[in-house]
Amino acid sequence: MHRIRAIKDKTARHFMLGIAIFTILFLIVIGLSLFFKALPIIKEKNLWELLTSANWKPSKGDFGFLPYIISTIYVSLIAILIALPLSILTSIYLNSYASKNIRRFFEPVVDLLSGIPPVIYGVWGTLTIVPLISNKIAPNFVEFSTGYTVLAGGIVLAVMIIPLLISIMVEVFRSIPREMTDASLSMGATKWQTVKKVILRKSFPGMIAATVLALSRAFGETMAVLMVCGNITQIPHSFFDACYPLPALIANNYGEMLSIPNYESALMLAALLLFTIVVLFNGLSRFTLNQIERRFQFS
Amino acid sequence: MKNLEEKIFKIIMIGAAIIILGVLIYIIGTICYKGLPALTWDMITKLPGGGFYLGKEGGVLNAIVGSIYIVFGSLAISLIISVPLVMYINFYLPHNSLLSNVIRFSLDILFWIPSIVYGAFGFALMVYLGIKASLIGGIITVAMLIMPILMRSLDEVTRLLSRDLPDALLSLGATKYEMIKVLIRQLMPGLITAILLAIGRGIGDAATVLFTAGYTDNIPSSLTQPAATLPLSIFFQLGSPVEEVQNRAYASAIILTLIILALSFSARYFSSKFSKNKI
Repeated sequence: MHRIRAIKDKTARHFMLGIAIFTILFLIVIGLSLFFKALPIIKEKNLWELLTSANWKPSKGDFGFLPYIISTIYVSLIAILIALPLSILTSIYLNSYASKNIRRFFEPVVDLLSGIPPVIYGVWGTLTIVPLISNKIAPNFVEFSTGYTVLAGGIVLAVMIIPLLISIMVEVFRSIPREMTDASLSMGATKWQTVKKVILRKSFPGMIAATVLALSRAFGETMAVLMVCGNITQIPHSFFDACYPLPALIANNYGEMLSIPNYESALMLAALLLFTIVVLFNGLSRFTLNQIERRFQFS
Repeated sequence: MKNLEEKIFKIIMIGAAIIILGVLIYIIGTICYKGLPALTWDMITKLPGGGFYLGKEGGVLNAIVGSIYIVFGSLAISLIISVPLVMYINFYLPHNSLLSNVIRFSLDILFWIPSIVYGAFGFALMVYLGIKASLIGGIITVAMLIMPILMRSLDEVTRLLSRDLPDALLSLGATKYEMIKVLIRQLMPGLITAILLAIGRGIGDAATVLFTAGYTDNIPSSLTQPAATLPLSIFFQLGSPVEEVQNRAYASAIILTLIILALSFSARYFSSKFSKNKI
């Protein structure tokens, strides 16, 4: 009887250890297999040239990623510029001003926004944002725009990363010791002064970490952006030009490219770029968040 | 002066919160406004008929069933992996040990990897294994996507669990394995919340199934047949120049949104139940 229990326990332990190792290996396997799939093209052309050339003609063997990289950066930056102020203000409001009822009401709002699938955001974008840009906003600046633009991608993406930013920032604000804000308030500072001088200053690293994470999500977002950004290979010159981010490049061409030499390898390089960015950004934000945790642990 | 600043910023903050709430209402409102007229019983109960993509008879039952197959298949795979892993990190490994930190960090990265990268990796893996775009391909790839989600949310609730119960169980002479069997029951509401979240992400994601699951007008009858999915069905129908088909895309979007709403609210219900029962 005892022996059976001990054997069961031991088997379970080994099984779990196996799974734990599998999880870590899984990450490494993804990274390595993307790398080896991308290797043929990196070997043939120099990596720097691939990343900085704007010449994309797969049938002639030209793979310049610059238009896609610039598109990705533009769209993500617009998204962050729109989402960041809205999220910071809302998180401060929820953390320091809102009553318990409002906070409780807002939780499902944030949950729902983060739960809505990308494809729904895409449908919403094509129905509302694209015509809005084409009919109302763009005519003030340029002669003609289809509406399927960098700006449309940025706006839709902004809405998608807002719930993410809010949920991380509320956590960060919450980690600030109550004594600090109480001390400030009891010295006669108003709530806003406390927010400005204590909360925002103390949570600055956390806000940077949140921004970095949101950026890495923005870089990789595929379907919604693909549906509203036009998908034309060019370096966009204004907000009202169509663009073609990296994930959209993979989504539109993968699976159909097997006949052109190096095409698959090029698309895998795109995936590898996204993977590398995520790993780097995550390491960075994890480091910052750990620093914060350590700083507040004993205070 | 300082009161004026106080007031101005309070108004700006409330404004920001209202904008965010407004956007949510705007999104759901737009989808409902466009989709409701086209939403019929046929949409949910019928397969696409002949000439469906030209605006003739039929529904998206193929995509609904395909999505459900894929999500539950991948859920099964990821549960088998994630539940033992979370138990291992929390109850077997010493608190804050190097291995548990490395695992948690890898999970973090896996969580943030974009779904399109999983899609591309999944496809490469399938080519390597010699599998064509099929139900099983979709299941494996979506499992990669939802596994980290499941683990992270389960890990969060497990960490909150009081250490008293495990200690009491161990002091009564239970082995760790027996202890976990009891603790799982304690964690059930949290596990269900995690599952609902994972289903929500899995059922709505298009980029993972784009190359791996394929698309078909029929309900797959074996693992090696291609399977349609709801997000892709919305995407393809929206790309059609025919107006009826586009309207059906909006109707399919409502179906997907309703599924997500239901999942989200039940997740909320279970997690509130969990916080009440916590020891």
